[in-house]
Amino acid sequence: MTNPSPEIFRLDHKNIFDWIESNSRVLDLGCGDGELLSHLIEHKAVKGTGVEIDEAAIYKCIARGLTVSHGNIDTGLDDYSTKRFDYVILNESLQQMLHPQRVILEALRVGKKVIVGIPNFCHWRARVQIFFRGKVPVTKELPFEWYDTPNLRFLSLKDFRRFCRVNDITILGQKNIALNQRILLKPNVFARIGLFLLQKSSS
Amino acid sequence: MPQKENLGIVETQFFTFAQPPHEMVLESGVKFGPITIAYETYGTLNQNKSNAILVFHSLSTDAHAAGFHAGAKNPGWWNDLIGPGKALDTNKYYIISSNVIGSCKGSTGPASVNPKTGKPYELSFPMITVGDMVKAQKHLLDHLGVKKVLSVIGGSMGGLQALLWAVNYPDIVASVIAIATNTRQTAQQIAFHEVGRQAIISDPDWQKGDYHGKTIPAKGLALARMIGHITYMSDQSMDEKFGRKLIAKERVGFDFSQDFEVENYLKYRGDSFVQRFDANCYLYLSKALDYFDLAKGGELAKAFKNVRSNFLVIAFTSDWLYPAYQSKEMVKALKANDIDVSYVEVKSSYGHDAFLVEVEGESHLISHFLSRIAKENLK
Repeated sequence: MTNPSPEIFRLDHKNIFDWIESNSRVLDLGCGDGELLSHLIEHKAVKGTGVEIDEAAIYKCIARGLTVSHGNIDTGLDDYSTKRFDYVILNESLQQMLHPQRVILEALRVGKKVIVGIPNFCHWRARVQIFFRGKVPVTKELPFEWYDTPNLRFLSLKDFRRFCRVNDITILGQKNIALNQRILLKPNVFARIGLFLLQKSSS
Repeated sequence: MPQKENLGIVETQFFTFAQPPHEMVLESGVKFGPITIAYETYGTLNQNKSNAILVFHSLSTDAHAAGFHAGAKNPGWWNDLIGPGKALDTNKYYIISSNVIGSCKGSTGPASVNPKTGKPYELSFPMITVGDMVKAQKHLLDHLGVKKVLSVIGGSMGGLQALLWAVNYPDIVASVIAIATNTRQTAQQIAFHEVGRQAIISDPDWQKGDYHGKTIPAKGLALARMIGHITYMSDQSMDEKFGRKLIAKERVGFDFSQDFEVENYLKYRGDSFVQRFDANCYLYLSKALDYFDLAKGGELAKAFKNVRSNFLVIAFTSDWLYPAYQSKEMVKALKANDIDVSYVEVKSSYGHDAFLVEVEGESHLISHFLSRIAKENLK
């Protein structure tokens, strides 16, 4: 039984939510306080679990009644068997990983489909800051200074598409978001966040 | 949030079974009986008998987990977590806290009187295992008329019991909360146990265990406890608590008297342990721990093959006796069996003792986890 569509305030969550089929098995890597997982469990009857590094966030997940593992996503996938999940979500976590390529390929091993959400480092505001102001950009989605950023990887939506091509990953869908609205035109310039629905090409 | 209250006066109860010729068969193959198990219960068993939770204690404690014994100043060892409105809410759940076979805390153990001879068993007591503890507790559960439990919970040695309950009785156990524990005793743990045992055995008063009615091997047992205590703390917690503080003196004595607070503390801990614990019991229980290996030398994932319980596994960052990586191995093996498991590594400086100290974090995790389990199981 699935409940009627919920009010989801974050557009990235809303779009990911719409991609995921009811009653599927979901792993959310970097699940934060478990908001998205809770929506999915409540309204789409998914069997969901999460991995999160932040202890305070884990406590919130447990309070929501979620099943979660406290740990590092860079190594968190070793625990799972092949095609264990229908979807693996990597939203806003890829850019903070030490080994993003390995993690995505591992995610494609344990999940039939993988959803990746990344901040677009080549959004026009970022380009303006680099080009005219000569400084490393600080934007809404990338709010950190160079010395305190948790982000280790800086990439554009185009970079990510290329990564998929090189690694035999099929992009089944792409959604582009800026300031809580969908972007249809020139996403690599105007989108702040890119969401990708992926599948291993051979499968 | 409901008001947290203390339980009032509680009493230890006793259940005796395995009367000859119906002795219990121990893991070693020895038939043994009669067996008495000391236990306490808190809260009320509901009409469907579906709200029971089993709590297991660590090596040196007992069935008295919460509330106060008549006239006692101090409550049971997990009073912070058990009581009305607490994580193990006695308004909702029926808590059964069971002592173990081999203990000197009311259950049959080496210090108990052998009914055949009228004298304490001492070393004629059979070797026991964690499996035997669990088997005896199952008899207790049957006696209480409880067919299913919402959860089995324990830290340290109690955690080993909880894990074995889920493995041996998968149909009975809805969930497991395993705290600061592991799936096999490691070489380091066995090594510390052996040093403790040697301290007891090399005390001349030990007399091959035959010290009842004579001088007890107080020095050996105190020394074993001192070593144990060091393993329960952490480098950081010891340094914060004692640092290099001297015992009521301005400067070191330049002799072999005690200089530092930490020495004094360990001596106090050792001496007070002797007042409340039996040396032979320490030998038997530490051996029982050493024998514990859920995988029986094989693959850990296979050990969980029939397990159907949901799990909450809690480890502590500074616990070096039961390090977090061992809990992670457990979690990995559980996941390999598609078992629903949550894992939390609580940041703490208290070492292994954290499972008794980190009340706030544990309360949060346990109460919410149990709410979910209760919702899924209490119809």
